[in-house]
Amino acid sequence: MFKGIYNWIDDRLDITPMWRDVADHEVPEHVNPAHHFSAFVYCFGGLTFFITVIQILSGMFLTMYYVPDIINAYASVDYLQHKVAFGAIVRGMHHWGASLVIVMMFLHTLRVFFTGSYKAPREMNWVVGMLIFFIMLGLGFTGYLLPWDNKAYFATKVGMQIAESVPYIGVYVKELMQGGEIVGAQTLTRFFAIHVFFLPGALLAMLAAHFIMIRRQGISGPL
Amino acid sequence: MGVGAVLPMIRFAVDPLLMPKAEGTFVKVVEESSITDEPQEFRFQINQVDGWYESTPELTAWISKGSDGQIFALSPICKHLGCTINWNSQNDNQYFCPCHEAKYDQDGKNLKVAPSPLDEYEVEIREGVVYLGPLKANTRV
Repeated sequence: MFKGIYNWIDDRLDITPMWRDVADHEVPEHVNPAHHFSAFVYCFGGLTFFITVIQILSGMFLTMYYVPDIINAYASVDYLQHKVAFGAIVRGMHHWGASLVIVMMFLHTLRVFFTGSYKAPREMNWVVGMLIFFIMLGLGFTGYLLPWDNKAYFATKVGMQIAESVPYIGVYVKELMQGGEIVGAQTLTRFFAIHVFFLPGALLAMLAAHFIMIRRQGISGPL
Repeated sequence: MGVGAVLPMIRFAVDPLLMPKAEGTFVKVVEESSITDEPQEFRFQINQVDGWYESTPELTAWISKGSDGQIFALSPICKHLGCTINWNSQNDNQYFCPCHEAKYDQDGKNLKVAPSPLDEYEVEIREGVVYLGPLKANTRV
């Protein structure tokens, strides 16, 4: 039956070449843990992406209950964590996954670094990878404020002081990020918007660039 | 056309930066006669407007008379990493921050750990009552 549906669509849109481009490739021997167990280090990039997908999905579900408002934010997080079925699980996925993304991304970066995979002709992909790294840090920073508890508030305050310490423009950067003169109601809505729309949008674009470049250039050869 | 679409959004996003700053208003805190040479802690409420959210948070000031007879009010926020300082909690007539043991003298001069002196509230005395205004850098050291 699936074959039938596939053929029906393929007749009209000729999707087989697209499918071949995206996914129908042999895994080269030197990156396949089934051949050389040590090749598991080549899995870190894929694992980072896998966890990123989980972050996006769990985050989408969290917004069903969360409100970015200083009166209700904490109460809504408390409610979804303790009263909603599987709330602790879904929020736990987002909470722990956030740290795991950083860990996996770091391991992936180490692998790329120590296999020299960043060298020509893959320099641009290294740069895009670094941009992804900074976007991820931004996601971590903005997401940390959203529960609006003491830890969130003071962590953001410290972050703002760090931003403020930049010579000349620091004061303006801080005020722009805060959306005002204090960490308050406007900071929370701003961080929510950045966390949920702006950075994920940028992230998806960068990931697309990352993957297209891998497709074009192939995985770097064995050491 | 692209510019026409993007400009309103940019202006929208930077609006808080360009908003006129609220004038620092002075708030009644305490009678002048209860200020001593020894710093004392006083609490007072200010009106705070944060976009659509108005509130009256409580602030703290350490007020005393200096050796020059001037009344001055120090902010309790440590200049090291922003914890809350206390007067004479170590019995050495100094301000002490419990987080990383920063110390300041009565004028707010940083003696240990902290990189700069305690901030000072602007002070106005009207008819025997101490009014406090916005924070400024310490002027006594």
